[in-house]
Amino acid sequence: MRGTKSEPPTQVTRDGRQGFDLAPREPAVGGGDLTEELLASSWWSDAMVRAAGIPIVDVPFVTVGGGIGSFVTVDYLRIAGVAPDRIRVLSNIDIPWQTYEYLTRVSQIPGPERIRSDSASRPDNIWGFPSYALGEAIREKSLRSVWQVLVEPIFDDYYTPRVGHVFTALQREAKRIGYHQMLAKGQVRMVRRRHGGGYFTVLTPPRGTSQTQRVAYRSQFVHLAVGYPGLKFLPELQEFRTEQQDFHHVVSAYEDHEHIYNLARTKHVVVMLRGGGIVASRVLQRLMDDRARFGLSTEIVHLFRTYVSGAHGPNPWNRRKGGDGFAYQGFNYPKSVWGGQLKARVRKLEGDERARAYHLMGGTNTPRRRYWQAQLREGRAGGWYRTLSGTVEEMRLDGEMVVSRVKTAQGPVDVAADFLIDCTGLEADISEHRLLNDLLANSGAGRNPLGRLDVERTFQVRGTGSGSGAMYASGAATLGGYFPGVDTFLGLQIAAQEITDDLARRGFCRKIGPLRSTTQWLRWAANRQP
Amino acid sequence: MVPTLAGRIQTRLALLAVIGGLVTALVGPFLPAAAPLSVRYHDAYLVLATVAILGIGWECLYHLLMQWRWEKDWPTLFGLLTLVPEGLLVWLLLQTGAVPALAGTVSPAAFCIQFLAVWLAVWLVANGPMRVPLLRWRFRGGRLV
Repeated sequence: MRGTKSEPPTQVTRDGRQGFDLAPREPAVGGGDLTEELLASSWWSDAMVRAAGIPIVDVPFVTVGGGIGSFVTVDYLRIAGVAPDRIRVLSNIDIPWQTYEYLTRVSQIPGPERIRSDSASRPDNIWGFPSYALGEAIREKSLRSVWQVLVEPIFDDYYTPRVGHVFTALQREAKRIGYHQMLAKGQVRMVRRRHGGGYFTVLTPPRGTSQTQRVAYRSQFVHLAVGYPGLKFLPELQEFRTEQQDFHHVVSAYEDHEHIYNLARTKHVVVMLRGGGIVASRVLQRLMDDRARFGLSTEIVHLFRTYVSGAHGPNPWNRRKGGDGFAYQGFNYPKSVWGGQLKARVRKLEGDERARAYHLMGGTNTPRRRYWQAQLREGRAGGWYRTLSGTVEEMRLDGEMVVSRVKTAQGPVDVAADFLIDCTGLEADISEHRLLNDLLANSGAGRNPLGRLDVERTFQVRGTGSGSGAMYASGAATLGGYFPGVDTFLGLQIAAQEITDDLARRGFCRKIGPLRSTTQWLRWAANRQP
Repeated sequence: MVPTLAGRIQTRLALLAVIGGLVTALVGPFLPAAAPLSVRYHDAYLVLATVAILGIGWECLYHLLMQWRWEKDWPTLFGLLTLVPEGLLVWLLLQTGAVPALAGTVSPAAFCIQFLAVWLAVWLVANGPMRVPLLRWRFRGGRLV
């Protein structure tokens, strides 16, 4: 529902402090919860919030989310000279990598395993130097990792870092920049524009930690990095789970599904996989590793909706490798989206033209790792790994087996499996996220050509300006913008750099020039505060 | 690296000028030649300038070849191994007298020492330390301006 008030805001000064009441908490008058007036209004005045009895906290910059996206943005700002007391991270998680750690663990990337990320994509180090590979070489006193970077991807797979080391490095950087003193725990309910400039971000603190139901953060700048709006199942899987109330036989790879691997160690099982991306590859590896390690007889049926049989693309200059069902690509996107030709090209595209560019570089894909290739060859030769191409028409439970009727080019085929793992990783619409939905309805935000949150090249959310204030967004919610790789480590850092540069233009922080960059790198290397 | 054409050329020229210039200054006195130091420096910087000028053409060729790569990247190894054709071409031009204004004779040993030292230094800096002072460089396809 769009609010009733839309009068233009007046100016506030550039440092985000003057023009605001600097008292840390203003006295409550009302009950401390959202009122009908607040819910119905697109623009809020200080008096409206005060009348609702919601305490107001003043801080110039607020980032919402508290995951890796918030972390790298705060990291940039701290390096650009912003003091911790001028930043608040509003989040319901304790550490920035908490959600990422959970998702990587359940999707079969535990600590010692390697994530699909480039050696120089370090969320704990804005320079990407030394790279993960160089760090690993020094730590492990072995040149193996730097040699791999030297010969990748021609004579070896792309080097990728161990997820455990990524977390250790993030922990060090979080401590160095004083991340935890900037954190305010709670669930963010909404962000609304403020009469007079800036924004109110409404936080619901954990029960028992606040005298009121809500706390309003009044800031000149807001940054949203709320991650994936939500996970979506394939429609037929969702229908099956809802109708049968069966969350045991049909699971998502992004939820805990250890019971499948545990059962496979005690009896013969058939597992059906859906999807041809990186998560499918990881799940396959786990099933095949367990099979080899424990001498199991697990059978795998892999269903591809789009079976890629070879190199594909419109012309020799745009041809991606593929085979055996998979489209092969080292990382989530072609590498040049993070700085090269593709980044430069998409930055200039609008509307349908941009959507077409995304379509061309998109599609489910996975790296072609030598180890996986060997495992799959063995599986095909042994007859325990089979592939199918088609779509599922119907699913039913037959005793303890899930039977899927697959529509293939050769006609319908019934596949019975003990378990079905959905590795498609479909994402929900941004309106499924309560905060983003509120933003679309009340704060002037719109959608980009791919239907996600529309941001400028500076990552300012288009249409949400408020006086001299600005609202930014980064991460998966903004996919479809002028920069394609938003939902990656390096993409989040590129967004953070654009945001920091924009904030420097607005006078909120210093621009990181060559001298500051070098001196700050030296401080990073010495593990000293920015 | 994931360069654009403008980024390739700018990075090459800047690195050859700064890092190449510095390395040439350091190795100059040690280059095996019978000529006085001033002549050795004159010829060494002339060789460096030749590498830079020819490099603009080479970068256009590399950019063209890169178009056949889906990733539109230029692997680390390519950046190192391209020293072979580039070095051979400069040496050939030196031998045929196509490089003007040489004050003396560039011996094979002197050429190899300088060329390899400069190439390795530039390649190493481009693959890491360059990102420290120039924070935006890698996200701009290697463009400096």
